[in-house]
Amino acid sequence: MDFTFTDDQLAFRDSVGSMLENEVTTASIRERWTGDSGENGDMLNMLNEMGMNSLLVPESCGGLGMDLVDFVLLADACGKAALPESIVEDAVVAGGLLSDLLASGQHTDQVQELLGGVAAGDIRVGCAHIINPYSNFAHRKDWMLLANGNDVHLVPKSDLKFTALKSVDPSRRLQKVDWAPSRKTRVAEGEVGAGLQRATLNRGALAAAAQLLGLAQAMVQQAVDYSATREQFGKAIGTNQAVKHLMADCAVQIEFAKPVVYRAAYTVGVAPQRADWAVSHAKTAAGSAAELSARNATQVHGAMGYTWECDLHIWVKRAWALAKEWGDAGFHKNRIHEWLLQPNALLGPEFTFGKRYIDHSDSAAA
Amino acid sequence: MDLLYTPSQTQFREEVRAWLAAHVPAKKLASFDTAEGFEQHRQWEKTLAAGNWGMVTWPKEYGGRACDLIEWLIFEEEYYRAGAPLRVNQNGIFLLGPTLMEYGTEAQKERFISAMASGEEIWAQAWSEPNAGSDMAAIRCRADRDGDDYVINGQKIWSTRAVFADYAFGLFRTDPESSRHHGLSFILVPLDSPGVTVRPIEQLNGLPGFAEIFFDDVRVSDFNLLGGENQGWQIAMSTAGFERGLMLRSPARFQQASRRLVELYRKRRNDILDLSIEDSVVRCYMDAEAYALSTYQTASRLVAGGHIGAESSCNKIFWSELDIRIHETALSLLGARAEIEPETAEDHAELGTWLDGFLFSQSGPIYAGTNEIQRNIIAERMLGMPRK
Ligand SMILES: Cc1cc2nc3c(=O)[nH]c(=O)nc-3n(C[C@H](O)[C@H](O)[C@H](O)COP(=O)(O)OP(=O)(O)OC[C@H]3O[C@@H](n4cnc5c(N)ncnc54)[C@H](O)[C@@H]3O)c2cc1C
Repeated sequence: MDFTFTDDQLAFRDSVGSMLENEVTTASIRERWTGDSGENGDMLNMLNEMGMNSLLVPESCGGLGMDLVDFVLLADACGKAALPESIVEDAVVAGGLLSDLLASGQHTDQVQELLGGVAAGDIRVGCAHIINPYSNFAHRKDWMLLANGNDVHLVPKSDLKFTALKSVDPSRRLQKVDWAPSRKTRVAEGEVGAGLQRATLNRGALAAAAQLLGLAQAMVQQAVDYSATREQFGKAIGTNQAVKHLMADCAVQIEFAKPVVYRAAYTVGVAPQRADWAVSHAKTAAGSAAELSARNATQVHGAMGYTWECDLHIWVKRAWALAKEWGDAGFHKNRIHEWLLQPNALLGPEFTFGKRYIDHSDSAAA
Repeated sequence: MDLLYTPSQTQFREEVRAWLAAHVPAKKLASFDTAEGFEQHRQWEKTLAAGNWGMVTWPKEYGGRACDLIEWLIFEEEYYRAGAPLRVNQNGIFLLGPTLMEYGTEAQKERFISAMASGEEIWAQAWSEPNAGSDMAAIRCRADRDGDDYVINGQKIWSTRAVFADYAFGLFRTDPESSRHHGLSFILVPLDSPGVTVRPIEQLNGLPGFAEIFFDDVRVSDFNLLGGENQGWQIAMSTAGFERGLMLRSPARFQQASRRLVELYRKRRNDILDLSIEDSVVRCYMDAEAYALSTYQTASRLVAGGHIGAESSCNKIFWSELDIRIHETALSLLGARAEIEPETAEDHAELGTWLDGFLFSQSGPIYAGTNEIQRNIIAERMLGMPRK
């Protein structure tokens, strides 16, 4: 039992975090808002140089072959920076599904080649899921993984039609993707396809949860900083207890969402068949911590927090969007609720983790 | 990160489970806030100590098993699973014990720790005074030096289990010229000393769970001074740290309560019209898990040589609010019957201990530093917000 990150994992997080802090300025984010693509090409190159695109790609395909526990802190750092580029989803969701396809022996050659291209930074693959009506930055991908019933399709850009939609978060570039499924593009079907989609949903929700954690912390930090400099009644507003307690409430939710998100990352990697509740808990906890942080941080900024000029809304709006993407609180609480109603669900401390938690034969909990 | 128990941890769990199965009294003990129940619980402490299960994290020389914090969590999980009695000496074993080991002289450790571990001496805490609640530095109760003794005069209040306890520990003002947190000393006081008057205070459930303690020229040897004279504040803060940190409320308690809540919910849900009930049950279950995960995370960090950080001040708010929510939800599920104090066997079967637990949960946000004070601490020490 060791619920800590290694020094290497923490160091990697620090180096990615400081790169993002230096490079993803709010001015540069606002530049993306007015650009055509919504992306910054230099940033994509820097992310690739740091290995973000290849981290989860198997070593046999030229990637680093790391796992979601390695990645979860990086996703948190991307949230903290309010990074507009969709690297987290690309790596975790699309990369995860491609790796699953490879592992299940489906269309190995094509998948292997794509993963190699992803690791080399030459090819970009995205992934949509029916739980989300639209797909962020789909128009910037060379290939999209798409679902049709239980089937999973791998479709080249040339066969896709995009309709852009405007998000409340100007950093997001949502696309409605129209396409026609064909036998040629199908890479998985039936039970296998359904299983892949279920795993995809869990990875997507985990990716969102980890970013929400980072967003929440960034919003609290900004409000705390603001409260130390803004003065009213001859003193910093942050000296007022009402203001302090708004921030403390966020801190409590954030602190207790962190280990939940980390456990979900571990479970998705080690025991994906048991990951539903861990992930649903993570998404719910991180989502509500981020929504509370958005509200309280806005409040602490006064009227300034209600302006377009104040940078806070870059984070606030992302939090609003991600809290609903990959299943909103209702969806995830319902998954937990259904499980709690099962008479043979294994509840209680001895099942929080531990051997039984990942035992394949332990179907009583499923 | 490796969230599996090692074979030796699993074996430890089995050992604990087997011992508890063989030793936990079949009949529920009376409340330790009654004279009869207090002695029953003291006996239980003796049983635990005889099996070296009193405080598993303590060194073997003090009757412990030198377990690490992960094993302590496993022990606690099994303890609550078995429905074992509450720990009547928790102030001693969880708070004073570790403080003695850190600050006590060899002679003090020898004198106090084994007697504490064996349940021979049960401890109460005596910090609060009528005018020193949240503002503990306002303590006035004096301990004046007189040769090798201190002479104590003044009053303490809200001292849990002081009605039947043998000893109390707390802060007393040893420098009459001092103010605030200077000039306070950490002193251990036998409650049967001449000049001590303990006046029980009835709690919300009508039982004398805490007490006022009056000191009228009470003589205590300076052997009972823990740490340096006038250094008491620093030591007390470390005691408070243990309390806020890990030991006071182990997660197993809330996980078991939330598991029982789910069982109650499955039984009663079709009779309940309250639309918020599903959400409450799911939240209670999630939050109990989250508290456990957070504790395992902290324990892992400490086992790996790290430290408890300022973020541990989030714990108390989280578990105390969770405890209230679990019990509120249970009472909602019991509906109009929730107010009934169970008397018959049928009542007990149907209503369990939810009402009792609900009453006690009301005190969680108050004791051990109110939740408002905790929010101040989080804002100032963890988030770095300005004090003035
Ligand atoms: C069940 C129980 C057991 C206890 N056991 C013990 C024990 O064994 N030993 C012991 O010494 N004490 C014990 N206490 C006492 C406990 O530590 C105090 O009740 C607590 O410190 C609060 O002090 P107070 O009751 O005087 O409330 P007050 O300090 O008067 O506070 C009243 C209200 O004002 C708020 N408040 C006060 N100051 C501030 C501030 N600066 N900012 C914001 N809000 C503020 C508080 O949060 C609270 O809501 C126990 C209490 C309870 C309920």
